[in-house]
Amino acid sequence: MTGTTPLPRAAAGTTADVDVEGAVPTSTRPAPSAAASAKKRLTRPWASLFAVILAVVWTTPTLGLLVTSFRPEADIKDTGWWTVLTNPDFTLDNYQTVLQTGTSTSLTPFFINSIVITIPAVVAPILLACLAAYAFAWTDFRGKNVLFVAVFALQVVPIQVTLLPLLTLYVDLGISGTFWAIWISHTAFGLPLAVFLLHNFMREIPGELIEAARVDGAGHVTIFFRMMLPMLKPALAAFGIYQFLWVWNDLLVALTFAGPGAATAPMTKALFDLAGTRGTAWYLLSAGAFVSMVVPVIVFLALQRYFVRGLLAGSVKG
Amino acid sequence: MEITDKLLSMVYALVAFAIVVGGILFLASLYERRGGRKVAWWFIAPTLLLLAVALVYPALRTVYVSFFDSSGAAFVGLDNYSTVFTSPDQLVVLRNTVLWTLVTPFVATGIGLIYAILVDGAKGESVAKGLVFLPMAISLVGASIIWKFVYDFRDPAAGTAKNPVEQIGLLNQIFTWLGGSPHNFLLNSPGNTFWLILVMIWIQAGFAMTILSASIKAISADIVEAARLDGVSALEMFRYVTFPAIRPAVVVVLTTIAIACLKVFDIVRTMTGGQFKTSVVANEFYTQTFSAANQGLGAALAVILFILVVPIIVYNVRQLRASEAR
Amino acid sequence: MTIRTRSARRTRLTAVAAAGAGLALALTGCSSDDGGGDGGGGASSTADCSAFDSYGDLSGKTVTVYAGIVAPEDQPYMDSYKPFEDCTGATVNYTADKNFEQQIVVQAKAGNAPDIAIVPQPGLLQQLVATGKAVEPPKAVADNVDKWWGEDWKKYGTVDGTFYAAPSGASVKSLVWYSPKEFKDKGYEVPTTLDDLKSLSDKIVADGDHKPWCAGIGSGEATGWPVTDWMEDMMLRIGGPDVYDQWVAHDIAFNSEVPTQALDAVGDYLKNPDYVNGGIGDVSSIATTTFQDGGLPILDGTCSLHRQASFYASNFPEGTDVSENGDVFAFYLPGKTADDHPVLGGGEFNLAFADRPEVQAFQTYLSTDLWANTKAKASSDATGGGWISANTGLDTANLVNPIDQLAAGILQDPNTVFRFDGSDQMPAAVGSNSFWKQSTSWITGQSTKDTLDKIESSWP
Repeated sequence: MTGTTPLPRAAAGTTADVDVEGAVPTSTRPAPSAAASAKKRLTRPWASLFAVILAVVWTTPTLGLLVTSFRPEADIKDTGWWTVLTNPDFTLDNYQTVLQTGTSTSLTPFFINSIVITIPAVVAPILLACLAAYAFAWTDFRGKNVLFVAVFALQVVPIQVTLLPLLTLYVDLGISGTFWAIWISHTAFGLPLAVFLLHNFMREIPGELIEAARVDGAGHVTIFFRMMLPMLKPALAAFGIYQFLWVWNDLLVALTFAGPGAATAPMTKALFDLAGTRGTAWYLLSAGAFVSMVVPVIVFLALQRYFVRGLLAGSVKG
Repeated sequence: MEITDKLLSMVYALVAFAIVVGGILFLASLYERRGGRKVAWWFIAPTLLLLAVALVYPALRTVYVSFFDSSGAAFVGLDNYSTVFTSPDQLVVLRNTVLWTLVTPFVATGIGLIYAILVDGAKGESVAKGLVFLPMAISLVGASIIWKFVYDFRDPAAGTAKNPVEQIGLLNQIFTWLGGSPHNFLLNSPGNTFWLILVMIWIQAGFAMTILSASIKAISADIVEAARLDGVSALEMFRYVTFPAIRPAVVVVLTTIAIACLKVFDIVRTMTGGQFKTSVVANEFYTQTFSAANQGLGAALAVILFILVVPIIVYNVRQLRASEAR
Repeated sequence: MTIRTRSARRTRLTAVAAAGAGLALALTGCSSDDGGGDGGGGASSTADCSAFDSYGDLSGKTVTVYAGIVAPEDQPYMDSYKPFEDCTGATVNYTADKNFEQQIVVQAKAGNAPDIAIVPQPGLLQQLVATGKAVEPPKAVADNVDKWWGEDWKKYGTVDGTFYAAPSGASVKSLVWYSPKEFKDKGYEVPTTLDDLKSLSDKIVADGDHKPWCAGIGSGEATGWPVTDWMEDMMLRIGGPDVYDQWVAHDIAFNSEVPTQALDAVGDYLKNPDYVNGGIGDVSSIATTTFQDGGLPILDGTCSLHRQASFYASNFPEGTDVSENGDVFAFYLPGKTADDHPVLGGGEFNLAFADRPEVQAFQTYLSTDLWANTKAKASSDATGGGWISANTGLDTANLVNPIDQLAAGILQDPNTVFRFDGSDQMPAAVGSNSFWKQSTSWITGQSTKDTLDKIESSWP
């Protein structure tokens, strides 16, 4: 982590103009972030144009799916979705069928299951990883680096190799088929990335802040709660979204450890089965994909406000 | 189970979890107050315990199984590994995995970073970021249909006067509009691997953007302000202020995406089934383990994934060292 | 990336609802299921429980069933269990998901198997028995299989000489889909020998309007399987049933003479640029077209012939008339001569992992002609058919769907020589891997010899 914070000496050494050390104003008015200000300099229209093009390119495939989800089955198979521009023909049937999916079951229990699965499976790894990341970032103990590297390297273990050993364990413990098996598994699988991400964010907090607090007699527990958690809001929100999506869109973990029944199975199961054994019911699958997307997008937009500048950005290092 | 029962059990779980974490912290602070120095162990113990059970043990077991035959009965030494490295088909698989892992992280991170900077502080930033984030929110089933409607190929020669062929894949329609002829994207190697990689980039750019944006927002306002007052150009601002500040986050994003690429198999699986020379190690692992019932070979392929991650680890260790040294 | 799995392969073996299932089902499903009044079919009647007397009182007992058959085709299964539940007091819990084939192996190994699994392939059956968790059925099941199915079907439910699983549903694969209207308009005749089929194809070529055959083999990880079905059909016709059995058992090499002839015979159709790929493209487009889309050009009149199993009926859009004089129908893929009647097919088996009395009783019920007819009726009511059994006690009058009647008729025809899908019986390394992969490479240009050599060398 060279240059965790934009160290003045680094900048000053390379550009004579940037005499940051002397220029630190104690202004309290909200200042634009680095990127915002970089962008302002890039007032050349091509910058905005580029952003718009990227956004369009990135969104077009999804737009295609959205349009498709409102088209009748026969149209989907024969003509491109863009033909709706010249020949609009929309239907709500696909959504109707999806929302009353199946014969004996509705989507509701699966939706509830997804919620019940996701909330603990997001909260738990975040908290545990925060603790561990703090220890890796700001305390000293033997074997710290080796352990840290080992933890993040575990990201590469394919979940499929864990299925059999873990399921066997859960069967022995008598918790297979319950939400507990899903929560525990998701928590464990999310930890390597969470620890890795949060650790690197924590390292960006100036050491002087921690040291000053230590000098004032604050213990690690206090520092963790009083300083770290508030400063880490953007990082927590970022990882939170990632873990949320992971769990929300997961099928394998829930299916393996708790089975396909309506008692525990998440919405992905119901959506995956939508096409029945036919396999190409795009008209249903595209509608289903949007139904399952609603919640993640809401969560993303809701968490956006935590992406505003963290406390750190406002505080001045000593 | 009734809905209320389910919600209740979720609340119980959260409470139980809070009690566990609270208890650990309470004990840790007691311990610390009595002068205990190694309080760190209290912090990492739950994580280590979970990882040991859920990931380390299965990983070690996989290494062990990789030395046995398909049913796991007879010890075969390194036979499974030599199978992987001698068959020409498998070498293509290795090549593809390397391609995925090299191309995707840099392109996706680059796009995510540029986009994060361009929309930062702009009007409608939230919506703009939401658009690039969308692909991450889509389930794989959705993504595979989305890209079917991009890459789908209809041969114009197959039409008759009565039934002229209409493209339903967007890319081929664009080609046609531009006066070109449509292309069967997923069939011809090695181009098809890049078309598949594009899907991964499309998904992961949102991840890169989210993390990097959070990191950009955390840059100290004072330094930015100072640099601004000193009149640095936009590129200088990026080079001397923004980039150094978010460098650790860039490393995190590159690493995470690279590891995700090593493990990627569902894109390949749903779009080509690993045919037409597009397979990757993770897909072969999956096929051998679950379709071909060859546990030993499947395990060996998983172990190869463990080995392929080593360069990424080394790079991160260097970054770690550099940061310790500051 | 989130890790999700997908088993497209499942799709090919399940009996599938007929066209129009989707919405119709939501309606019938609601009305027929509650209460057990005078709802759909014979399923919910409480009239005659005498057939269930021998099972005794099983009140309070539960049997779990796990399968890969999901909505809407799951409903008739549940409906068909109703009489058993009503008469014995037992509860049958049916769960299903499309990842069944991977899940069941993991679940069985971990000691978490269901009481009964509906297994779609003999190969998977062997794998499950090898976990040591499967149990033999009671004698009554074996007796029922002897009585209603006969020797060959029993063999497919047998592993290493021990009988484990009674057959359940079945499908007929030796079918060619065509448009009866087109045949009528242009005066084509349904062929009765392989040579006829060839000359019919040539005739359609000569008429010059479109290429005669269309095909698609895309199926995710299982891409290539329709070619393996083609080759199996040709093996049956060129080598005969005995050589076919030797080939499946690997008593003759995969790259020996007859298999080579068989694959070349497939190539005469699928790799013949004059014949394929009607309404879709050139030969290589077969590889990138999904099997579900492979036969749809028949509806557009840009293709005339498509070889695919009976379950393909459900792939035609809602409102398609699938019948002898309708938009599409199928004819039996003819034998070498008009007297030869080899038939390739698939099926499901009920494998038990527990031997509690209620499980055994339920297993016995599933092997009766009573269940086969109850299930056929339930399927007719709930999904407009789409399910048949090779159970000779199945009354074809219970089938409402013309294609079901055709398929069941073929299965019950005494002239029929039935053989189970070979790739489903071969070791997984071949049957679920190299056979598919090499077949796909073969379509995209690999020679017959290379293809068969590679498959041979992958045999474990």
